[in-house]
Amino acid sequence: MDFKRVKDYFYWLYFQYLLITCSYVLEPWERSMFDTILVTVLAMVLYTAYVFIPIHVRLAFEFFSQMFGGQPESTI
Amino acid sequence: IHHIVQNGGLYKKPFNEAFEETPMLVAVLTYVGYGVLTLFGYLRDFLRQWKIEKCQNATEREEQKDFVPLYQDFENFYNRNLYMRIRDSWNRPICSVPGAKVDVMERVSHDYNWTFTYTGRVIKDVINMGSYNYLGFAQNSGTCQEAAAEVLSQYGAGVCSTRQEMGNLDKHEELEKLVARFLGVESAMTYGMGFATNSMNIPALVGKGCLILSDELNHASLVLGARLSGATIRIFKHNNMQSLEKLLKDAIVHGQPRTRRPWKKILILVEGIYSMEGSIVRLPEVIALKKKYKSYLYLDEAHSIGALGPSGRGVVEYFGLNPEDVDVMMGTFTKSFGAAGGYIGGKKELIDYLRTHSHSAVYATSMSPPVVQQIITSMKCLMGEDGSTLGKVCVQQLAENTRYFRRRLKEMGFIIYGNEDSPVVPLMLYMPAKIGAFGREMLKRNIGVVVVGFPATPIIESRARFCLSAAHTKEILDTALKEISEVGDLLQLKYSRHRLVPLLDRPFDETTYEETED
Repeated sequence: MDFKRVKDYFYWLYFQYLLITCSYVLEPWERSMFDTILVTVLAMVLYTAYVFIPIHVRLAFEFFSQMFGGQPESTI
Repeated sequence: IHHIVQNGGLYKKPFNEAFEETPMLVAVLTYVGYGVLTLFGYLRDFLRQWKIEKCQNATEREEQKDFVPLYQDFENFYNRNLYMRIRDSWNRPICSVPGAKVDVMERVSHDYNWTFTYTGRVIKDVINMGSYNYLGFAQNSGTCQEAAAEVLSQYGAGVCSTRQEMGNLDKHEELEKLVARFLGVESAMTYGMGFATNSMNIPALVGKGCLILSDELNHASLVLGARLSGATIRIFKHNNMQSLEKLLKDAIVHGQPRTRRPWKKILILVEGIYSMEGSIVRLPEVIALKKKYKSYLYLDEAHSIGALGPSGRGVVEYFGLNPEDVDVMMGTFTKSFGAAGGYIGGKKELIDYLRTHSHSAVYATSMSPPVVQQIITSMKCLMGEDGSTLGKVCVQQLAENTRYFRRRLKEMGFIIYGNEDSPVVPLMLYMPAKIGAFGREMLKRNIGVVVVGFPATPIIESRARFCLSAAHTKEILDTALKEISEVGDLLQLKYSRHRLVPLLDRPFDETTYEETED
């Protein structure tokens, strides 16, 4: 019973995605093409985030801590 | 939140009109949707041009490919790439009288709406929320139908002549006297087609050297008539009296563009109820402005005659004004009287002038006799002259239905445009995929609605338009409301955040609208 409700909820979410991106009115081959392109772009975004965000966060943290931590040293 | 207008006592009861603002997220997502569809439109056009895909829309012939292109503007692009995909919600053939319930012929399409085939089945008893049947006179049984059948057997169906030649029947004279009595004007004239009434008579009233001030959202017939007349046209913002007064002041002060001579005539074109917004014109203010600046008023009551006012006499009675203040009262019989055609009412000299100078009277065939009889019977019923109280009951039922339906939809959380008392109810959809989805889902649940998209409305403000009728009983409305709520939850249409745009109502002196800035 619960599984049916969960499945219905996910189907409703998929239906909202179809309506918002107007895939609801596209023909099946157009829909597959749009889905493929969207999934590819999202995968590339996620991969880039996974590879680069920790490095950037670490560098930013070092920059700011150097700026605030290094102030007493620079005035003396 | 109701905004009560108390402009120096011009309004006798509250004027509640609201147009809720588009939520920002919804607007962004609508543009995203249109962007995706435009990209796919370009892709399909590319495939069609390079013959990778079969081209099923209209194109020029091979020999004409080097001429000026015919189908490259945005309207045609929209037509073949967006409209075609959701085309099955329009032009649905019906096969019964369009009363409260109607029979729709079922059709399917196997090539994505380029061609349709009929399955042979008929969807029976679809609740009709799209027909302009405000008072419920569209019937195939009853006094109206019997009287029309009798006239049909006496006069036949065709008139075979124009009004000025041999097409002036005694029925037409009877109808015109009745219409003049109904409206409270001196004289009236009727025409066979409502659209032609506007487009053919405005050129007879104004010409070069005159000024037409027309509302932003006027109907195509008014726009066409204004353009055909050759007068100068200036547009004022929808229902905005400050904009209208500014235009009037400029016109009187500066006169005609080059020569600075005074304008021969200034004509203000407004409608009683605007069918796409559901808003009612601010008639007391328009009449006050007209009297102050000595111009003429042309009121198109296509949707408001029969639907507004305590006894159905239209927007003039709704505001409690004098019909003689409106110079040209125009209306149609298509909406509330269950017939076809239009009329113009006014002073006797004006109507006598129109009898000789109107293009529609000289060239167009006059109204068919059974249609005339339908109007005579329904108008007498509405006025109460046939001895029953059916007319009064219908008008009251329509007002109750309007108030109930609008209140329930607002409570559910939909964005509804327009005035509280107008029987035209636009429900906002915004996103292009939801236009097609709403039409199909409602038909699956046996309710027929009219959805409206781009050329008739601004591109992001697509809507579904419900037309209420006195023939709808409370049970029918409750069924319809339940289904609308279900579809609204399914498609996520309940956008309203109950934040209304405040109307520009400031208490002003009765006749002057002094503004420090524009």
